[in-house]
Amino acid sequence: MITEYHVNGGDFTNAGSVSSTVKKMMRQLGVDSTVVKRTVVALYEAEVNIVAHAYRGVVTVDLQPDKIYIKLADEGPGIADIPQAMQEGYSTASVAVREMGFGAGMGLPNIKANSDILNVNSVVGKGTTVEITNNF
Amino acid sequence: MTVKELVEKMNLTVFCGEDNLDKEITGCYVSDLLSDVMGSTKSGMAWITLQTHKNVAAIGSLKELACIILVKGFKPDDDTLQHAIEEEIPMLGTADQTFETAGKVYMNICK
Repeated sequence: MITEYHVNGGDFTNAGSVSSTVKKMMRQLGVDSTVVKRTVVALYEAEVNIVAHAYRGVVTVDLQPDKIYIKLADEGPGIADIPQAMQEGYSTASVAVREMGFGAGMGLPNIKANSDILNVNSVVGKGTTVEITNNF
Repeated sequence: MTVKELVEKMNLTVFCGEDNLDKEITGCYVSDLLSDVMGSTKSGMAWITLQTHKNVAAIGSLKELACIILVKGFKPDDDTLQHAIEEEIPMLGTADQTFETAGKVYMNICK
């Protein structure tokens, strides 16, 4: 089952809504609670990254009997140095975003810790694609 | 200890979630960094924070926290409150600062 969601940059009011929907879908399908919790953390952080850093993005969720595959493709500034961005504590978030309690440089490390397979690809000036796979 | 018992012991304000105060509190986490809370809380925990925006309620729901306690007299933003009502997450408040609040919660649920 493939579903698609649109996320707008700067729209903090709706940040987390895709995560909430996916959580309910996984629960309804009886996916193990530990996997649901890990997926929700990874997806929420990736969703917030689009809101905090990009102009807009599309989240594609492929829920299969034995795994969930999520692709978050955004149009945005991109990431110049992905290994640096993966380091805990490194962030390029604005002051306004930091005041909300985001931008502590914990997002990507949280995604990594809660994904079985994580791929991050980026083109500076175009955008970033984050792919998360969690097996059931 | 249930959320209701903690509310009574600490004389906390209940902004919403009156019908969900029978949840058992399994622990507590204190942080204003949302990614820290996402990464470190476990379901059933109470969360002490001074953040009041809507993402606080979203995290409370996603992480299935027992309740959220706002410190220093802060109140939830209108859309935060609405989201917390929809997601049935009790939002509580106290005039105490974070240190005192954490100390009182610790004394109540860990002793």
